Amino acid sequence: MNAIDWITQVLEVVVAVAAAPAFLGWLNQCRAWLQNRRAPSLWLPYRNLHKLFHKEAVIAASASPLFRIAPYVVFGTMVVAAAIIPSMSTRLPLVGSADAIALVGLFAAARMFMTLAAMDVGTAFGTLGARREMMVGFLAEPALLMVIFVASQISSSTALPVITDHLASGHLGLSPGLAFSAVAFILVLLAENARIPVDNPATHLELTMIHEAMLLEYSARHLALMEWAAQLKLFNYACIGFALFLPWGVARAHIGPMGLAVAIPALAIKLAVAGAALALIETVSAKMRVMRIPEFLATAFLFAVLGLLVHVLLKA
Amino acid sequence: MTHLPLYQQLLDSCAALLLLLSFAMLSQRRVVALVNLYAVQGAVLAATTLLLAWRTGEDHLYVSAALTLALKVMLLPWLLHRLIRRLQVHRDTEPLLNVSGIMLVGLVIVVFAFSLAQPITRLASTATRSAIGIALAVVLLAFLMMITRRKAVSQVMGFLSMENGVLFGAMSASYGMPMIVELGIALDVLVAVLVLGVFFFQIRERFDSLDLHHLESLKEHQ
Repeated sequence: MNAIDWITQVLEVVVAVAAAPAFLGWLNQCRAWLQNRRAPSLWLPYRNLHKLFHKEAVIAASASPLFRIAPYVVFGTMVVAAAIIPSMSTRLPLVGSADAIALVGLFAAARMFMTLAAMDVGTAFGTLGARREMMVGFLAEPALLMVIFVASQISSSTALPVITDHLASGHLGLSPGLAFSAVAFILVLLAENARIPVDNPATHLELTMIHEAMLLEYSARHLALMEWAAQLKLFNYACIGFALFLPWGVARAHIGPMGLAVAIPALAIKLAVAGAALALIETVSAKMRVMRIPEFLATAFLFAVLGLLVHVLLKA
Repeated sequence: MTHLPLYQQLLDSCAALLLLLSFAMLSQRRVVALVNLYAVQGAVLAATTLLLAWRTGEDHLYVSAALTLALKVMLLPWLLHRLIRRLQVHRDTEPLLNVSGIMLVGLVIVVFAFSLAQPITRLASTATRSAIGIALAVVLLAFLMMITRRKAVSQVMGFLSMENGVLFGAMSASYGMPMIVELGIALDVLVAVLVLGVFFFQIRERFDSLDLHHLESLKEHQ
């Protein structure tokens, strides 16, 4: 491992942490344009975080230490996840420490701390949000794993950079299995990041909220970290999507350090397009009733498993 | 990963699309959408046949593609739409299982069909042999649809979708059936839909509903 790889690694994490709020800002901007509203500034999420970091934190008297630790754990997990997703280069020194399955586990750990913290104070809304989050989580996780299995079947490895490397090498053509799992992945992304058909991120609508309900008790720097972690999660999911389904432009082993000069603009373009596409999906679809969510995620699981089966069958 | 030729990739994609459409039909509750999905399935089947005809140079496959297009994309959906309008059925009652449950059963069926098709696949020599499993899955999924639906119209849709699967299976196993058999089947399907259309009216006149579970008791209502 040489110095350039380490620089890339650090750069990747820094870019993920720094650009995540901007990605959300861009998504919100696109959504506002599509809905004929005046768009909020791209920098609004940053200002929001800045504001929250400068406020005084208020914590419920009944809160246990877990409640204080959770935001740091959740944010930390997301940063670690950002480090092992090959968004710019497939030669990352830290990537060997965890494969795609461990990545799903990281997300699960973050979810667990978040739900425990939400239930910790003992308010009704926190518990409600936590239970719904767990319902979404336990249905979305197998679908996400199946999506990853399709990609790892193709490249016979569960390590994300190897998968990306293999897919980016390009002699793959039309793969129905991969197309199915891409659809499944988009459904999982919407569910896991509390986007519109599953949850409405913009409002505190009492009876339908999932993600927001868990954050109600948080304030100031804790809330800022939680929100930042959510933005980072969305960014990470987008990058996983690029790594699995749009791997072009990522710097690969034999391209060398100059590859970064291509990889960074490529990432920016992909993020811009993905943000616009997500905004479009959110604009054309309506919020589902909570009871319909299992059906939605069963569809995602179905797509992923069909992708796996079709891939196995047609490869023969 | 080996390089597959483009036509092979297209055929595989069409096969995968057929399977997906079967699942879409399985989960669709509205009857009008079901007929549209059937038309799309017919169109994909026609495209596959055309591709295969172009690839193998077998003339009767062109005829088969034209027949599929005329019958399954235009004539039958039109007949069914008319039937639905006149019968005023718009959505099926809740199926016997909930949608997620049916989907999971469907997945098990697909696994079963794929493993069942493995030995056949090894013996066949056509370019589409890997799609035999998918054809089998389409047939079995159509069966499942007929079993889980209550309304007569949806059961007929399952029957028609099954016929699509059989045709696709014949195509992928041996580049289609002899012309005369294919014509016979096409005629059969057409007549079946016409006869079943008359049946629907009879059933509704008798029971005031198209729910087939009224037919389960043999005796007259006392």
